[in-house]
Parts: sequence; structure tokens; C-alpha cells
Amino acid sequence: MVNAADPNAIRAVRAIIARAKRWDLFFSLLGILSLMVGVLTFCVLFLDMAIQGVPRLDLDFFTSFPSRRAANAGILSAWVGTVLVMAVTALAAVPLGVAAGVYLEEYAPKNWITDIIEINISNLAGIPSIVYGLLALGLFVYYFGFGQSILSAGLTLALLILPVIIVATREAIRAIPQSIHEGSYACGATTWQTVRDHILPYSSAGILTGVIIGMARAIGETAPIITIGALTFIAFLPTAPFSGEPPAGLFDWIFAPFTVMPIQMFNWTSRPEAAFTVNAAAAGFVLVFMTLAMNGLAIYVRYRLRKNIKW
Amino acid sequence: MTASASLPTRLLPSASLGNGVSDRLRKKASRHVKERIIESLLFSAAAFSVFVTVAIVYVLVKESWVFFQVVPLSDFLFDTQWTPLFDDAHYGIMVLLSGTLTSSGVALLVAIPLGTIIAIYLSEFAGFKVREIAKPFLELLGGVPTIVYGYFALTFLTPILQKIYPDLPGFNLLSAGLVMGIMIIPYVASLSEDAMRAVPMALREGSYAMGATRLQTALWVVTPAATSGIASAYILGISRAVGETMILAVAAGMQPNLTFNPTEPGATITSYIVQVALGDLPHGSIGYQTIFAAGLTLLLMTLAFNLLGYWLRKRFREVY
Repeated sequence: MVNAADPNAIRAVRAIIARAKRWDLFFSLLGILSLMVGVLTFCVLFLDMAIQGVPRLDLDFFTSFPSRRAANAGILSAWVGTVLVMAVTALAAVPLGVAAGVYLEEYAPKNWITDIIEINISNLAGIPSIVYGLLALGLFVYYFGFGQSILSAGLTLALLILPVIIVATREAIRAIPQSIHEGSYACGATTWQTVRDHILPYSSAGILTGVIIGMARAIGETAPIITIGALTFIAFLPTAPFSGEPPAGLFDWIFAPFTVMPIQMFNWTSRPEAAFTVNAAAAGFVLVFMTLAMNGLAIYVRYRLRKNIKW
Repeated sequence: MTASASLPTRLLPSASLGNGVSDRLRKKASRHVKERIIESLLFSAAAFSVFVTVAIVYVLVKESWVFFQVVPLSDFLFDTQWTPLFDDAHYGIMVLLSGTLTSSGVALLVAIPLGTIIAIYLSEFAGFKVREIAKPFLELLGGVPTIVYGYFALTFLTPILQKIYPDLPGFNLLSAGLVMGIMIIPYVASLSEDAMRAVPMALREGSYAMGATRLQTALWVVTPAATSGIASAYILGISRAVGETMILAVAAGMQPNLTFNPTEPGATITSYIVQVALGDLPHGSIGYQTIFAAGLTLLLMTLAFNLLGYWLRKRFREVY
């Protein structure tokens, strides 16, 4: 039994407390240090690329085709390809993902079929992206005969970001209070009327956040697109969308060969000449800037959402 | 008896009510049909995800089946050389597996300690403001395209490592693995933090009331209570490391090399697939089928990790 009046015992207890507090402080510092490793790496990566690449960024860089001479090479075919592939991805993934999310939240009965779908979606999110590339190579490129086209690439990336959009849709819908549903049903609305007039409008900002994050991921994906056999040297543009002879010519562009930003960067990175490394840095800077802008937009939308909506 | 006999007539609207009302009720029937059509459309969108899984397994198994008709499974598992594109072809997946395991090992040595410390710090120590700034920053770190990380490993980290260790070759698994570890930190940290914050406040308060400090509470109360969530965060990190492609394709070289030494160059399952896809192998050749066999191996590995994670979640789940 410690005697409360014994000064030695009090001192011993104080020493234990001081030691425990020192450990606390030590761990706080360790935590900040670990956080800094992540943050600093990101800053160094960004600055290193900016210092190397930004001097290379001028209008010509965006309006030139790739070339054998590094100084003349540009990313015209790459960014046009990225924009077109992203358009196909969004058109395929957004309706499908939102519809699946709405079904699982608003319609799905509690049974084994729903369980299978749910487990399956979380499994899909864990499959490496290159496996999606192999799927697309076997299915889209050869079985469906789409070839190494914008359509194949866009659909591949759509499958890849489908789980992201489904999960975001479900979370956005779950944030809507049950009373909204009940109010709508009490007025005699059907399930679809409730979804169309209440659920979708109120969850749209949350869904938008998920879509932007998914697209930001798709923009940087390289492996699956290389796997379907995208070319790395494209010195022409696909036919402009909707410019061909209608009706079949309207969609010529989706069957065109293409390249995208990350593949262009990969191509330049794997060349030994230093001049091409500078090009790679410039292309990488543009790519990181695009993904950062998209992620920033998503964070902003979510922040606004949290501020504005008070149920 | 009379009451129940009159019931059917009361339920027939056209018999007892005016024509206008029956029209409106009939419209309701068509509304019902429309509802069912919409529901089945939405269901097919959700069921499509199952189709994707089936298609992945079908494509990989179909092409691998052809491959294993030519190459016996024992060669695939136990041969110590991987030279599928040479005249003297060997198909020992062990060689690629060693690259995958070595680089993932390096990555996890970085990501798991740092990710866990960051998670504990953000969940138990950091103030509201620090957390509000740090979390989006971590998300950005996870959103950087992996090709950019590959470029960073090759042109920035490798030269620095060569100054410390001059014998390091230009392509090596170490630099790729380290950068991959940094890339995985956000996944590990953010999922572990979510798990820790889900631990009820009463547990912490009980611990503080006993005189424990923050660190003691974090290590001996919160972390054990959040084990299942933290374990699944680790599993996700492992799956990411095993499936990562571009960092390794750019910075680790693509020579197959049976080694567990991270300072050597090496090919992984994923970077081999990229290497083959960059060349132009004819559709249906044995070289073309090797990438499906490699992909199937990768899929089985990630599936095993996912199942392990699922089991851990069930086994160690704490219910409050």
C-alpha cells in the first residue's frame, strides 16, 4: 500500500506519469513525421516533375504529334485520345453504376441474389486493373471484334470504375433520411417516382463526387490499356466525332486506333535519351495536374455538400 | 353470409363506381407494369457486375486451359526459368512470383508501419483541423497515376539510392518497392483510421478514467478493438501491392530473375503482361496464352487475399 504522505512514493508516481507523458509526446512526433513522409514525397514528386517538365510546356507541346526528335514531340494525339476514351467511359459507367446503386439501395429484396451481387461488387473492387485489361483483350478486342480501339479502351475503364460509382451512389442514397422516402410514399408515389423526384436529385452531389473520383482514377490507368494493345506511337487524330457520313460514319471515331496520356508518358519514360525524359516529365505534370484538379473538385463538391445540406 | 357475398361487387370498381374512376384505376395498372419494367432494368444493371466477374474467370480460364494443354502444370509451378519467348522455352511462374513477392515485401515494409502510425495518429492524437487537412492530402497521394510514381522511382529515387549504395543497378526492385509502399500508405491509413474511429467512445473514456494516457489507450484499447478493420486494411494493401503494374514495369526492369534480393532487377507477373502486350504477339500463340496463365495466377492470389480478409473480418469482429 502506497502511503499518500510518503514523499518518495509520490515522487515515484510522478516519475511514472512523466514517463508515460514523454511517450505520448514521442508518439505524436512520430505520427507527424510519418504523415510528413507521405506529404513530402508528394511535394518532392510534384516539384521535381514541375522543375523538369514545366519549361517544356508551351502551346506547341499540346498541338504536336509525337516525333522521333524529342524537341518536336508533343501530346496532341495523347490528350485527344484521353478525352475521347473518357467520354466513352463516362457514357458507359455512369448510367450502369448509378442504376446498380439505386437498385441495391431502393429495390433489392433481402435474399441470396442480393448477397451475391454485393459480395461480388466488393470483390471486383479488389481485382488488379491489369486483369481487367486481360478480360478486355479476350472479350472486347477479339471476341466482340472491337479491335484496339477507343471503344475497347473506354469500356475497359468503365468496368474498372464501375465499383467506385456503385459504392458512391449507395453511400449518397444512404445519407438521405428515411422520412423523405416515407413522405413520398405517403403521398401515393411509386418507388420509381420516389427515386426520380426525390432520391436522385438529393443524392446527385454525392454521386457526382464518386463519378469525378472514378474518372480521375481512369485517366491515370495505364496497365489495362497497354494490355489491350494500344499503340504508343500515333501521329494522327481519329476522325472527329459525328463528322462522318451518317448514319454509320457518325461513330467511326470509336473504332479508331488511339493513344492516351499515360501511355505516351510511359513511352517517353522508357527511352534512354534525356530529352525524352524531359518530355515524360512534362506529360506527367499535365497528367498529375489533371488528376489533382479532378480530385480537388471532388473534395470541394463534398465539402459544399456537407455545408449546405441540413436534413 | 350476405356481407361476404356482397364483397366481390364492392371490389369491382367498374361495377359500383362511375366510368371516370375506372379509367384512372386502369392507368394505375399500367403504372404498375412500368414500375416492373424499370425495376427489372435496374436489376439487370446490378446483375451486370456478376457478369463481369464471370467473364473475367471465363476468359482467363479458357486461354489458360489451352496453355496448360501444352505446358504441364508441374513445369509451370516448379521450373526455375521463365523464357517463354525464346526457342528454348521455359515456363516457371516461380521466377515472376519471386519478383512480385520481393517488391510487395519491400512495399509492405514501408506501408504497414507508416500507414498504421498515421492511422493511430489521425484517429487518436490529431486535432480536428489537422485531420481535415491531412485526409484529403492522403487521398491525393492515393490518386496520383501509378505511371507517375514509376517515373519518380526511376528518375528520382534510384539515383539517390545509387549514391548510398553505388552497386545498385539502374533498374531494381528496391526503388520500385519503396515508391509502391508510399503509394499504398493512403489505403492502409485511411481504412485503419475508419476502423479505429468506429470504436465506441465509452471504451476510450473507460481507459482514460483508469489513468491511461492517449498512447496507452490507443495501443492497448483502441487498436485491439479495431483489429478486424485494421487487418482488412492490411489485406487491401497487400492486394494493391501484388496487382501494381506500372511502377514495376518502369522502374524494376523487365528481365525475369529468380531472386529475393531487392537490389536486383526483376520482372513481376504484372510487368511481364505489360512487356508481352507491348510487343506484337500473334493472337492464339503460346506467348499470347502465357499472359492469361500469368493473369490467372494473379487473380487467384488476390482472390485468396480477399477471402483471407473476409475471414479475418468475421473472426475478429468486435460487436458493441
